[in-house]
Amino acid sequence: MSTAMAEQADTDTVQVRDRADKARQVKLVSLYALVALMLLFFALSIDDGNVRYLLSSGTEPGEVDGKPLTWAAFAVVVGALVLAVLNRVPKGGAGVAIHLLVGLAFFLGFMFWVYSDQAGGNSIIMQNPLPGTIRLATPLVLGALAGVLCERAGVINIAIEGQMLMGAFFASVASSLAYSAEMGLVGGILAGVAMGALLAVFAIRYLVNQVVLGVVLIALATALTSFFLSQIPNDPEIKGYLNEPLVLPRIDIPVLSEIPVIGQALFSQSILVYLTYLSVVLVTWLLFQTKWGLRVRSVGEHPKAADTVGIKVNRVRWQAVLLGGVLAGLAGSYFTIGSTGAFDNGASAGNGFIALAAVIMGRWHPVFASLSALFFGLMWTLQSQLQFLDKIPGELLRASPYLATIVAVAGFVGRVRPPAADGEPYVKS
Amino acid sequence: MTETIAHPPESAGPGNKPVPPAESSRGPVTWLPTLVETLAAIVIALVLGALLVALSDPDTVETLPYLFSYPADFFSAAFDAVWSSYSALVQGSVGSWNRISTTLERSAPLICAGLGVSLAFRAGLFNIGAQGQMAVGFLVAGFIGFTYDLPPGLHTLVALAGGILGGALWGGIAGFLKARTGAHEVITTIMLNYLAVSILLYALGKEAFQREGSDNRQSPPVADSATFGSVADTHLGVLLAFAAAVGVWWLLERSTIGFEMRAVGANPEASRTAGMNVAKVFTLAMVVAGALAGLAGTMQVLGDQASISPTLAGTIGFDAITVALLGRATPLGTVLAGLLFGALSVGGVAMQASAGTPKELAAVLQALIVLFVAAPALVRGLTRQRATGGGSTVMAKGWGG
Repeated sequence: MSTAMAEQADTDTVQVRDRADKARQVKLVSLYALVALMLLFFALSIDDGNVRYLLSSGTEPGEVDGKPLTWAAFAVVVGALVLAVLNRVPKGGAGVAIHLLVGLAFFLGFMFWVYSDQAGGNSIIMQNPLPGTIRLATPLVLGALAGVLCERAGVINIAIEGQMLMGAFFASVASSLAYSAEMGLVGGILAGVAMGALLAVFAIRYLVNQVVLGVVLIALATALTSFFLSQIPNDPEIKGYLNEPLVLPRIDIPVLSEIPVIGQALFSQSILVYLTYLSVVLVTWLLFQTKWGLRVRSVGEHPKAADTVGIKVNRVRWQAVLLGGVLAGLAGSYFTIGSTGAFDNGASAGNGFIALAAVIMGRWHPVFASLSALFFGLMWTLQSQLQFLDKIPGELLRASPYLATIVAVAGFVGRVRPPAADGEPYVKS
Repeated sequence: MTETIAHPPESAGPGNKPVPPAESSRGPVTWLPTLVETLAAIVIALVLGALLVALSDPDTVETLPYLFSYPADFFSAAFDAVWSSYSALVQGSVGSWNRISTTLERSAPLICAGLGVSLAFRAGLFNIGAQGQMAVGFLVAGFIGFTYDLPPGLHTLVALAGGILGGALWGGIAGFLKARTGAHEVITTIMLNYLAVSILLYALGKEAFQREGSDNRQSPPVADSATFGSVADTHLGVLLAFAAAVGVWWLLERSTIGFEMRAVGANPEASRTAGMNVAKVFTLAMVVAGALAGLAGTMQVLGDQASISPTLAGTIGFDAITVALLGRATPLGTVLAGLLFGALSVGGVAMQASAGTPKELAAVLQALIVLFVAAPALVRGLTRQRATGGGSTVMAKGWGG
């Protein structure tokens, strides 16, 4: 029906629309309609909309009536739905802004619904999800950037998980040995680079199938770290030198950390988080604004052509993989010196696989991959915050990040196009 | 050290069905070099492992400071440490019928899940989801096994079928999504693994799955009527694993759909042009892969009568990927690799018990072996073999798009 209406609207301005364009509109209309319906349900089912919220720690919790705000969110989404039905959703920046607005409206309505109608006087306060999101997303963003860098250069990197594990272990050891958290970062980076070098040697020099290689490197890192860990004696005196690291301190950035709502979340974190911000900018700039980045992308897309114009294909690939190793090693150090301290078996807990998924979801683009990683961070944070409320069953909550990813990938990302020469070793003939 | 190499393949030995000749079309002449390379890779891995053993042995480390004045001390201490570790490894995995039977039982799920990963590889799909497919498989099989009361034999069959169907469904979701929407199977199978864990925890929280008198999240064991039954202390699920290998070989090498799978794996565009239904092939490949992983999941609940718990699958689903890769994605190779990995993990525990070498070393050895097997150019360089062509199998080389 919606397509028919859209066609009607288009008859006076002669416009040629192909089937893919129409399918896109149908998809958008049904998505917005679904969001509007859910918001309607939220707004109708709220009885007592009073919600207490806390946006930054150290302040008094505020109180707000969520019911009218949920209705407002509903109105916004209905507006967007009308635009979509009329096929008047603009392309480019304005269109993205509308998508974001709908997303934000849904998020707010959902949060008000979850936190409203709490029985008893001791109501649970709505917390700002940003600090947790940033914390949990840090290793994912770094890992995803490492993956993007390698794969843009045409080397498949499934071994992010393995690089993270080694980074985590050696960050802990280095920090314990040097009695300094910052030296831990150096240890983590070195371990990540070493794993990167192993990846490069076997993939570039010995032409090993890179999917195989990645899986094997993960197995090797898992085995080696647990072997090393079992070699550290339980004697507290020796253990103190090897696996009792100092944790990176929190650094407040002056002025910026005072910004309400987002200040504490973004600018009162450890140095690792600031390095992550820097890495996103750096990798994006390197890949898309520098000569080196052009070379990296060209050896990932068409190594033969790159070679023809005099680019040393394998040298550029080595550089990209090693730089990726730096980032993955940093990502790994988060799991020891960036959060809990001592290394334990399987410290990275599957984060490397999630980072890999973020690379593919973000279509091998550093910014989009980072956004996908942030999405996982947000979902995990919400999951831990909402588990004390009885609106959603705990098991569904636990499954929701993964379910959401499947829906997002199957429904909206669809077929993705990797760098053309991803996974193909280059042999100069 | 040659002993160590020779043993694991032998453990396929008495009492089992013959293993199918997967490479019959190529004949032994082209197959042999890859075997030599594999053995060379195992030797190199064992040498590196020996280094680790020696360096983790306190007696050997004590001799290090005067290594250059009395090298003999170091070498004898190192030799003692390595010899006792490796002989414990061999003794513990294939030293007696009891150990062989343990090895076989440990290998069976690895082989089944590995076959699933191999099959998906041949169709150009990278199936990381064996872990989740196994979990769904043993959840269904276990539920049927301890809830219903059926005559022996029939009960086993129903539980087995349930487990296989559960795995097939879970794998099929990834295949269907890939075929219909192009969602990448690496993402979907990773996510389905986590989803399977959520379902597992959800089910174990329910009363129907709770073992009486236990506060832990674990189920009761299956009824005796649902078990596989055993011959000479080995449960018959092991035979099913070998039968599955024969079945996969037949499917891949002798059936039309298997030919289509291999064609799609080699070149999906060309297969589409040739009139094959690529979407159907993707879905079917994942369904069969999931069914095989589901079969692997039934081994523990119906074979060992283990109770279902969140950690029951261990790392078998991920080890299956390495097994499939070591077996070069062929059924025979997967069987041999599964036996080798089963032997190493059973032997690793024995090695820790009798020689004091950490059992993690077995996992290091597994990873090193696969690493060197995957790098024939390196192995040839190190052992100065002549370069030989052939021996490569079509596998997922890239993301495939």
